[in-house]
Amino acid sequence: MAKVVVVTSGKGGVGKTTSTASLGAALAQAGKKVAVIDFDVGLRNLDLVLGAERRVVFDLINVTQGVAKLSQALIRDKRVDTLFLLPASQTRDKDALTEEGVANVIAELREKFDYVICDSPAGIERGAQLAMRFADEAVIVTNPEVSSVRDADRIIGLLDSRTLRAERGESVNKYILVTRYDAARAARGEMLTIDDVLDILSTPLLGIIPESEGVLRSSNVGSPVTLNEPNNAAARAYFEAARRLQGEDVPMVLPVDRRGLFDRLFGRRAA
Amino acid sequence: MSLFDMFKRRGSAPVARDRLQLLLAYERNNRNQPDLVAMLREEIMAVITRHVQVDQDDVRVTMDRGATMSTLEIDIHIPNAAAAAH
Ligand SMILES: Nc1ncnc2c1ncn2[C@@H]1O[C@H](COP(=O)(O)OP(=O)(O)OP(=O)(O)O)[C@@H](O)[C@H]1O
Ligand SMILES: [Mg+2]
Repeated sequence: MAKVVVVTSGKGGVGKTTSTASLGAALAQAGKKVAVIDFDVGLRNLDLVLGAERRVVFDLINVTQGVAKLSQALIRDKRVDTLFLLPASQTRDKDALTEEGVANVIAELREKFDYVICDSPAGIERGAQLAMRFADEAVIVTNPEVSSVRDADRIIGLLDSRTLRAERGESVNKYILVTRYDAARAARGEMLTIDDVLDILSTPLLGIIPESEGVLRSSNVGSPVTLNEPNNAAARAYFEAARRLQGEDVPMVLPVDRRGLFDRLFGRRAA
Repeated sequence: MSLFDMFKRRGSAPVARDRLQLLLAYERNNRNQPDLVAMLREEIMAVITRHVQVDQDDVRVTMDRGATMSTLEIDIHIPNAAAAAH
């Protein structure tokens, strides 16, 4: 029976899709059976980040409308065979996605997978609410920056009121994932600190993903950073976050700035 | 960092450009007209179901879009009894 996890943020462009792909891949690399679902109807991108854009035949809406079976629409990753993608529709109207349709798809995925990870669209509207509706757990992606933290707070409000779990009087397990953390700017005091973020949102931390060129290179070639550059600092942070998501107690280390010449010359392989 | 790694690093942007060109060429073409793959799939399925009873579960459709050529694979498991009846 799968755990359903929504990756959400409110604010756009903070790293939801990147995090869905990387956490999903990390869990699958650890042997879990994982389905990642793109809920960004009309603006799908998870297929591109996972390098499956040329292989999309059916999408989430096709499945909810009975045009395709779930098994026909799921695209198996070519590198990790326990990772599957259910793409968003690029051409259909957003309203074609219904709550009932999503409920059925999630229920079927629950039977077959260990993790179902829902990549939410930005915003707090219908699309974002559908993506979180059936979640057991939520990864709230935020950058250490004021507007992103404010939007995360609004999303937490929705997670506590609009999800099925909330309506049943249960609660969604919430975690903060800080992404694009820039150690140099943090050292200069230009970013909110991790403690500030956690204090303000009073939600536990799943991980701190450093700003990294490796993430960009990985998107370029269509492979999550955990597969493409597993020793990269962002990849290692995603691996650790994935272990925490599975309930493991992994000590949290703050990414530090490496400014020395040695690090600049030789540290990049590890950084 | 090996020389190879340096080249590989330089290499990721051109890969991104090629992937995007391929994808966007396809998406622009399909924006205002029915999806060719979907059409082929439906018509092929219609022909087949006219002759044999196949369950949706017994059909696998895979695709790989390339720059000059795409492949559409429709894999249908036809039960022997049904095939024999014709
Ligand atoms: N750790 C990181 N280091 C560097 N760049 C990153 C990192 N995480 C994400 N990015 C980049 O930030 C941009 C936005 O990321 P992404 O698409 O994952 O955000 P999103 O929250 O899904 O956006 P949207 O709200 O539009 O769906 C992308 O260009 C991505 O490559
Ligand atoms: Mg996204």
